[in-house]
Amino acid sequence: MATVVQAIRLALHVGETRLGVTDVFGQDIGPPLGGVFTQTQGLRTAWNTPLDERGIVGTAIGLALAGQRPVAEIQFCDYAFNVIDLLKLAGGMCWSSAGDFNCPLVLMTPVGAGIHGSIYHSHSFDAQATRLAGWKVVVPSNPLDAYGLMLSAIVDPNPVMYLPPKALLRMKAGPGEHIPGEPNDDRALSRMIDAPLGDRSNWSPKWPDVEDVFVPLGQARIAREGREVTVVTYGRMVVIALQASAELAKEGIEIEVVDLRTLAPYDWQSVERSVRKTHRILCVNEDTAITNFGEHIVRRVTEELFYELYAPPKLLAGAHVPGIGLADSIEHASVPHVGSVTKALRELALHEP
Amino acid sequence: MTSLTAFEIAGGDDTSLAPERLVRLYDVMLRARCLEERMLRMHKQGDGAFWVGGPGEEALNASLGLLVHKGEGPHFDYLHLHYRSGATLLAMGADPVDSLRQMMSTATDPYSRGRNFCHHYAVRKWNVIPISSAIEVQFSMAPGTALANKRAGGHGITIVQGGDAGTAEGDFATCMIWCSRPHHELPCLMIIANNGWGISTPAEEQHSEKHIADRAAAFGIKSAVIDGNDAEVAYRELKKAMDYVRVERRPFVLEAKVSRLYGHSSSSGGNFVPNEEDCVSLLEQKLAERKLLTKQAVEELRRRYSRELLEAVKRVRIEPMPEGKDAGRHVYAEQDVVGAAESRARSPAGRLGAS
Repeated sequence: MATVVQAIRLALHVGETRLGVTDVFGQDIGPPLGGVFTQTQGLRTAWNTPLDERGIVGTAIGLALAGQRPVAEIQFCDYAFNVIDLLKLAGGMCWSSAGDFNCPLVLMTPVGAGIHGSIYHSHSFDAQATRLAGWKVVVPSNPLDAYGLMLSAIVDPNPVMYLPPKALLRMKAGPGEHIPGEPNDDRALSRMIDAPLGDRSNWSPKWPDVEDVFVPLGQARIAREGREVTVVTYGRMVVIALQASAELAKEGIEIEVVDLRTLAPYDWQSVERSVRKTHRILCVNEDTAITNFGEHIVRRVTEELFYELYAPPKLLAGAHVPGIGLADSIEHASVPHVGSVTKALRELALHEP
Repeated sequence: MTSLTAFEIAGGDDTSLAPERLVRLYDVMLRARCLEERMLRMHKQGDGAFWVGGPGEEALNASLGLLVHKGEGPHFDYLHLHYRSGATLLAMGADPVDSLRQMMSTATDPYSRGRNFCHHYAVRKWNVIPISSAIEVQFSMAPGTALANKRAGGHGITIVQGGDAGTAEGDFATCMIWCSRPHHELPCLMIIANNGWGISTPAEEQHSEKHIADRAAAFGIKSAVIDGNDAEVAYRELKKAMDYVRVERRPFVLEAKVSRLYGHSSSSGGNFVPNEEDCVSLLEQKLAERKLLTKQAVEELRRRYSRELLEAVKRVRIEPMPEGKDAGRHVYAEQDVVGAAESRARSPAGRLGAS
């Protein structure tokens, strides 16, 4: 059973062998390291670049416009801020040329807190990404989605931002998250595709014969069914929302967890359907709270489903501080966690209209 | 040494610049100048919200357009141009009336359907990458198309052009670094049209380097500094630089000193600057001295082009404007159009990653 990071690697392998991916590149992406999280180990088309985010994104755009299929990486999303104009350029390539060009590239950059990453390895990029019209934006929350969303991102004719949560990269697949064709024994998979420690110059991976699974972009997943409160979330907070829901189930409170998976274009129908069922909604993510993507969902729910609501729609998000502090106490106070999500959901469930 | 036969057919054997070729170059330069002058008047008459363009760069830009290996996909040249490149497009065969359409933001504007400023071209069939107002971003994209050119294995190169002020942006360094990675050099010609200005700020107040092109030496990139106002020099040196990149599959930096004859844009008035060299007049004098084109013939041409453009403006004025509902079109592409040409030409996959 693959972890999230192994699932990404398997997807990129499928990409370069069956889906036309020509380049997987970025800082430390090629051999010997294969990515700081091992996400690109053993890939045939992986190569190292200068430490230059503008060059990474610019070259990805150039390759895409010339008919190649690049997957580029910015090592941490915290380092994507100096390419925001190039991201705007990529997102506007089709629109500004009135459809004469499209820009088919995947930009992956890991997001979020939870790994003791301090100020420059913990931030989120959700809201920034969704403000870049013309991009599709995906955030996987488990290995199977990490795999299937990447395959869909690769074949999409548009620029797709792929934002894996760092804290989930080592998370193993749960029930129903098996990638068809991968070995059931995770140690067997590791022996096949994880590079050995030390000298790797003679190592090459033995790729399992995994099948194509395309998770459609723009389609949410109901991660848990419930009838009392809807929680709309994505990425790492899906796992936390599921933990909170399990806690609350013991109290007889049934939570429905909507995992958006794609933030742009997002699946409004799934949100709407769930809110019409539960009449209560909590949006959870770890990005800073002001001008937050969950805030948008709250606004739209308020405007379009106001008379469906039994309680004020709520947002639980990160503190509006410049970074995530290193000390546990500071990080704990800066992003939602099982305790705060459980509390917010309980309050919503018990709210009397 | 790779054979250049295909390019000798396309571009001609032009290092000596035969008289007919020189007259052809002048003709494009003059048409480009007449187009700029018409667009400036249009702006002043309210036919267009904004003007920015390239009067003063015609010798360089028209030469580029005549020399480019034009087509779609990585076997042809990619062009990452800037908003002063109108003469390049005309030399490649673009219809000047389409520039008027973009100037007036009509629905018939083929480059952006009324979305972008004038001279912001985007022509997939000729590998003209959409021009952005953002200064220097084209230099960050150029290594990508150059890598595709190199992989395709033909003669196609990438040409990226910007001004002098923009080279202060990191993107210029990005382009030089990425195009000169050891053992992975890329066929990319970087052109700096140095007019000595960044909007209202003189270059000598901000830059201490003698020549911008001197920076290339640090990366082992060959370079040249040329008089871009002399059409013969511009054409010849551009041809030499392009041939070098085409054959050697390595980068080159060409810095051309040019004029900026109507200021930065309409925002700075768009008035003629009398104290800078005019490449069109200079070439006119040469042609007259060599008895290749009389003053009378030049005047006749100028009148004809001006009249044709004026008549075209009247026609374009009554063409449809975009509708508000069009704003939401093309946010996402429905299909992969840029991949189509490449997949037809794609060579068998080897180890692609490194180049």
